[in-house]
Amino acid sequence: MKVLVALKRVADPDNANKVKISPQGDAVDTTGLEWKTNPFDEYALEAALRLTENGKTPKKREGEVVVVTLAPKEGETMLRAALATGADRAIRVEANDADLDGRLVAHALKALVAAEKPDLVLLGKQAVDGDSNQVGQRLAELLDWPMATFAATIKEETGALLVGREVDGGVATLRVTLPAVVTVDLRIVAPTSVFSKLSQAEAGFKHNEGVRFAPLPAIMAAKKKPLEVKALAELVGDKQSTTKYLKFERPPQRSGGAKVKDVAELVEKLANVSKVI
Amino acid sequence: MSDALVIAELSEDGSVKKATLSAITFAKRALPALGGSFSILILGANSKTAAAELAGYGAAKVLTCEDASFAKYTAENFTPTVAEVGKAFGLIVATATTFGKDLLPRVAARLDAAYAGDCSAVTSEGGKLVYKRPMFAGNVFGYCTLGTPIQVATARQSEFEAAAVSGGASPVESVAKAAPSGAASRVEFVSLEAVKSERPELTEASIIVSGGRALKEKFFEVLEPLASALGAALGASRAAVDAGYAPGDFQVGQTGKIVAPKLYFAIGISGAIQHIAGMKGSKVIVAINKDPEAPIFQLADYGLVADLFTAVPALIAELKKRA
Repeated sequence: MKVLVALKRVADPDNANKVKISPQGDAVDTTGLEWKTNPFDEYALEAALRLTENGKTPKKREGEVVVVTLAPKEGETMLRAALATGADRAIRVEANDADLDGRLVAHALKALVAAEKPDLVLLGKQAVDGDSNQVGQRLAELLDWPMATFAATIKEETGALLVGREVDGGVATLRVTLPAVVTVDLRIVAPTSVFSKLSQAEAGFKHNEGVRFAPLPAIMAAKKKPLEVKALAELVGDKQSTTKYLKFERPPQRSGGAKVKDVAELVEKLANVSKVI
Repeated sequence: MSDALVIAELSEDGSVKKATLSAITFAKRALPALGGSFSILILGANSKTAAAELAGYGAAKVLTCEDASFAKYTAENFTPTVAEVGKAFGLIVATATTFGKDLLPRVAARLDAAYAGDCSAVTSEGGKLVYKRPMFAGNVFGYCTLGTPIQVATARQSEFEAAAVSGGASPVESVAKAAPSGAASRVEFVSLEAVKSERPELTEASIIVSGGRALKEKFFEVLEPLASALGAALGASRAAVDAGYAPGDFQVGQTGKIVAPKLYFAIGISGAIQHIAGMKGSKVIVAINKDPEAPIFQLADYGLVADLFTAVPALIAELKKRA
């Protein structure tokens, strides 16, 4: 199986409360925050690696994993990290976040899919900076492919995937015929969430919890793996972003911090001061 | 001048999900900029009950498309009809449930329309719609405009109160199902394992009791009696869900459910950024944690530094004294 995985670099999500707004209020300033791979995209990459390996020989790729990002040159650090964990090739589309929106990214990915002809496109369900949650769905429609969003489990069948989706109030299971688009949720990196045909053939096989880390030799070897750069216009022609941010602001801070000494005081305050019980 | 189209979300039994009423509120707030009216579109195997339910909210029309295939939702099957009907409108909106978030971006792509997801407000500026969106796990609000003739949006349920019945009876019209897409023939709905609960839905509850990893295997044993005493819904932190102590659909946070009840109990929850993103809109927040340095205390209106395994039973006893 050939899998295309879309990655986005985001400002360190564990320090999202340190994001600043420019004095004019017209831009988000992430100076001082480290760039990280969007966590959901990391999970998508992990799922792609699991789908293209035999549990017995995890170093050997049964198929191909191609990672792609739309980013300036510095985004190549993230692509090299992905290559080190097992991806075979990388593509960077030269672009700046400020010039992109979900619609434009989906058009660019559509053009890449036309060139690469993967069996599956895997993405995170959303990027944790814009929190937009739209690229996977849009890409699937542009391709007229089936999709499964918010995937918590993926099991490979012949020419299809059985996908468990986390939806409000439970789990919805879809069978999508390949080629397809799948966007992944948190639980996709649990030990028994993803099975390729080869790995599920082994009874009791389990993956390690979470995403894999690259050993040093793999990090060195990743420097030699192919990384191709494309211009955005090659993929989207003269299309432009149609989302325009007028201003940004911080939400009002809550004035919390008060303590109560025991449950009696707590219940008394809830009943008589806040009047919520 | 243009009109808004609200996409209704139905339960398995064909009744209207309450989330739909938040999208109606969104549409009403967008009307000053659009200058027109709003209508509601229902796709279902049997749309009569839903149409009757939705005819009292002041919509110009309630449009229904009945087809046996709509009994089980897939975005691939719904998209062509929603887009075909929606292309006569300036704004297409649904509530940002997993249904809305799955379907509407796909509809937007079919119409090459821009999309504003999970909006917390919509206003009018110079005749244009301005969408307010939480970003960076709720640490930033962005205000954006969309530059396509048709605009598509989803509304954060906790920020748009359910529309109230306004009387009257909107005319109900049936519309034809659009020609199916190729994608629809390559997806099969296999099952929906609904989590059965006697409790209110997390996104609709006025009181929520949420637990963290500290509860370990005693998650339900400790929290259920408290939730019962308060008539509350149960929620959980990502850490508790990841550890397997609570099911996935309990998760409150940036990537789980976004809630804003009048009272939120964070029990054994330290207060990671992504959890706070999902609950900081709550009116009153109570935190119970034995670590006095837990970040959740900075946010809580009432913090109790205590071992939850003794504090929660004591709290239940205290509540019962008052009942």
